[in-house]
This record gives sequence, structure tokens and C-alpha cells, in this order.
Amino acid sequence: MTTVRPLVPSADLRTVLGPEGAATLDEMAATLRATPASIDRLFPAAARRTARGPLAGTAHRIEDAVRVELVGAVASVRGPADLAEELRLLYRYGDADEKRAVLLALGGIDDVAVDARDLLLDALRTNDVRLVAAAMGPHARRLSAHDWRHGVLKCIFTGVPLAEVADLDTRADDELRAMVRRFADEREAAGRPVPDDAAALLTPRAETTTAPEKA
Amino acid sequence: MRIFDPHIHMTSRTTDDYERMHEAGVRALVEPAFWLGQPRTNVGSFTDYFDGLVGWERFRAGQFGIAHHCTIALNPKEANDPRCTPVLDVLPRYLAKDGVVAVGEIGFDSMTEAETDAFRRQLELAVEFELPAMVHTPHRDKEGGTRLTLDLVEASGIAPGMVVVDHLNELTVGPVDEAGCWMGFSIYPDTKMDPHRMVAILQQRGLDRVLVNSAADWGRSDPLLTLRTGEAMLAAGFSDDDVDRVLWRNPVEFYGQSGRLMLPGDPDDLDGAVDEVDESATFEGNSILRGARVQAS
Repeated sequence: MTTVRPLVPSADLRTVLGPEGAATLDEMAATLRATPASIDRLFPAAARRTARGPLAGTAHRIEDAVRVELVGAVASVRGPADLAEELRLLYRYGDADEKRAVLLALGGIDDVAVDARDLLLDALRTNDVRLVAAAMGPHARRLSAHDWRHGVLKCIFTGVPLAEVADLDTRADDELRAMVRRFADEREAAGRPVPDDAAALLTPRAETTTAPEKA
Repeated sequence: MRIFDPHIHMTSRTTDDYERMHEAGVRALVEPAFWLGQPRTNVGSFTDYFDGLVGWERFRAGQFGIAHHCTIALNPKEANDPRCTPVLDVLPRYLAKDGVVAVGEIGFDSMTEAETDAFRRQLELAVEFELPAMVHTPHRDKEGGTRLTLDLVEASGIAPGMVVVDHLNELTVGPVDEAGCWMGFSIYPDTKMDPHRMVAILQQRGLDRVLVNSAADWGRSDPLLTLRTGEAMLAAGFSDDDVDRVLWRNPVEFYGQSGRLMLPGDPDDLDGAVDEVDESATFEGNSILRGARVQAS
């Protein structure tokens, strides 16, 4: 079995859903633990059976948190390979909301045996900014340096805040900054504004590394 | 005037159209799955198209302040191609989705056995998924096709109120009305139906169970003919409330039967809710893309 970190603590989600919505979510999760394949119908119907909208006090949406819990229920009774295959099907036949929820669920899976970088690359090929943002979460650490840099650049280009990008501080390198520099140059040449996030990435940070000790 | 276009193929239209439609009062629409003009040759061609209807096109419409819904089906023309019919097995994946408000367009093109089979199976799917059915009537022998359509609808056991029979004219409206189905009218620049003939039908039959659409697609068509019909109704003495009923409340009532409409806020007070959407809202402020709030309690 594989663990899927919920988007928000389960108790908080149930408080937001209220008794009826919480009972529906529990019932769907129980069904999935008994019959994991039923996720093909429960996943798309999840929002209308529980609730949708911003999840107060968080950056998340209620329906996303519900769907990630449903993935968690399937993960608890499936091996990593089967789970990855199920997520691939949910993504393949998902609408944009469902696809986003799959990407968010992947962000909560640390199991190295679940590798769905192909789904991230698919999302990064779209122009739907909600998918682009969700693709650059924690699962993106599986992307190659090349693909990850292009993902960051796409975020800047499409207006996805870089705060959505996981591991930005530790992974941004000189090559990324060179790419962003060229993007900024192009914008400046065209008399167009350079997004704040791009400018921030190009601003030299205070020196934090210590000088190597002399031998 | 607020307008819900219950049948328009936005995939074939430009962003200029979205802008003009919003300016004309269009705040919601339904895009039925249909023939692309160029015949498909495999199932993947359908699924990519369906993905666009529940994905990219919904996002695109949202950027212009318009709530996008769709219907999903194997269309009658391509039901005749054995390379395409296996898509029937994939439809359940899509029929479970939010914003998929009917099975359609189904019906007849040339009234073949293969069309009859696909029509029957998809009416069964509508019953199974508790969805309305949107039925296209043929361009040729419309009268015969409509008669056969009503026979199949009756035999399927689906409630007549869950069915809209579309592209009607003066000759085909009567039997559909008598069967208790909804009556769809596609207002075209020079075929099918025009605003003034539409007004005459409304004067004769009343406003019950009538849906007026532009059916605009890749052919010569006009997404604003819903607005023109509303204007023609007013000029003929119908009230603002009558126009609102035909162009907004009727489609909301019909497709609302799916339980999957995604109208922002209160559907009876849509203008304010949607007008708040602007381009900067396409990332975080994207409630229009999800619309109807299911109350948490």
C-alpha cells in the first residue's frame, strides 16, 4: 500500500463538509477500499456528491481535497504499480478539475515506486494554468532538470505564481536563471513588463554559502 | 437580456465570437458533441474531442465570463462507421462528469440500422446516467426521421420531458409537442429556422418546453441569432419576462434535470455573479469554471 498525504487534515475537511457531506465522503472511501475499481465513477461525481468551492483558511478547494482523499482510499488497498495505473486512467479520462486533483494527489505521494512524470509533462503541455500550477508541485522533483526548468519558465510565462512551484529555492540553478534572463530581455525589448516573479528570480540573493575551509 | 444558448459548437468558433456573445448577454451555453465536418476514423479522435469539451473549451469559455457545459455522444452520421462505434463503450467515463448535461447529439442522419442501434444504446445510457437526451433530427426527410425518433424515444422508456428533439420546423414541431418532449429550434441565417418564423411558432404554441439555439458551428451560422430572436419576440409584443423564459429559464429547467449544470451563484441572478469575472480571475478566481456551489451542510 501507498500513503497519500491529504491536502488538509481529514478532520478539518469533514468539518467543512458538514455531517452529511462527511458521511458521503466516508461512504465513498469505504466503497473504494472494498472495490477500488469503482473510482472511475466516484471520482468524477465527487464534487456534486459532497461540495465544491474554496476551502476557507487554505489555498485549496474543497473538491480537490475530497478527491485526494478518494485516491488515498484506493492507495491503501493497492500496490504502487496498480495505483499509478489507476491515476493514469483517471487523468486520461478526467476533465480539467479531475486532472488537477490527480496531480495534487501525486504531490502527496512520497513512494518512489509511483512515478507519474508523464502526467506532469502532459499537464505542462496544456495552456490551462490550473493544470500547469498543479504539475509543478512536489511530484515534479521526479522531472529532469531540463523539464523542470521549462516548467518553471512556463509558470512565469502563463502567470502561475512561482509560490506554487515546489523546491524552487533548492532547485533553481544558473541555467534556469539564464533562461529567465533571456525571457526578461525579450519582454524588455518589446516594451512589455517583466513579471515580478521573474525579476525576483534574477535578483542576486545575499551570499549564504560559507567559504570552504582551507586545508 | 440574459441568454443561455442550449446548442452551440464553440470549438469551431473564435475568441471574437466569445466576446460578442458575452456583450450580447450570453452567460451560459451547452456544446453538444457532433460531427467535425471531416469524418473521424478511430475512437481516439472522439476521446480527444470529448477531452477538449470537458477541458480546454470549458477553460476558454470561462475566460470570457461564459459557463460552458457539454453533451457527449456518438453522433448519428458516424454511427455508420464501424471504426467509430466502439466509442460507445467509452462514453460512460464521460457521462459521469460535472458539466456533462445530456447524452447527445444522438438521433438519425440517414436512418440506417447502425444509426438505430446507436440511438437505442445511447437512450439506454441516458436512462442509466439519469441524463437528458439531445436528439438531432435529420436534414433530409426531417418529417420521417422525427416520427421514427419519437417511436424510439417511446420504446426506450425515457421520460419525454428528459428529451429535446432539435432542429425542428413548422412541420415537425406538432408531433414532438404532442409526445411531451422539449422542442429545440436552431436559428440559422438562411436554413432551418429564422427569428421571425420562430416568433410565429411561439405565438401559435406558447413558450412551454421550447429551446431556442444558434447551433453555430463551422458552417455559415451566427452565434447572436438567439439575441436576434429575443429582439424579434419583443418587437412582436412578447414581454421581457417571456424572452427571459425562452432564452434563459427554459434551458436552465431542461438541462437542470441533469443535476450537473455549473452556473455561478444563483441561476436566477446570474448577471452580477458572472460580470465579476475578468481576465485576471482566470487563475485563482476561477469559480465560474466550477460554478454551482453544492452546499456543505
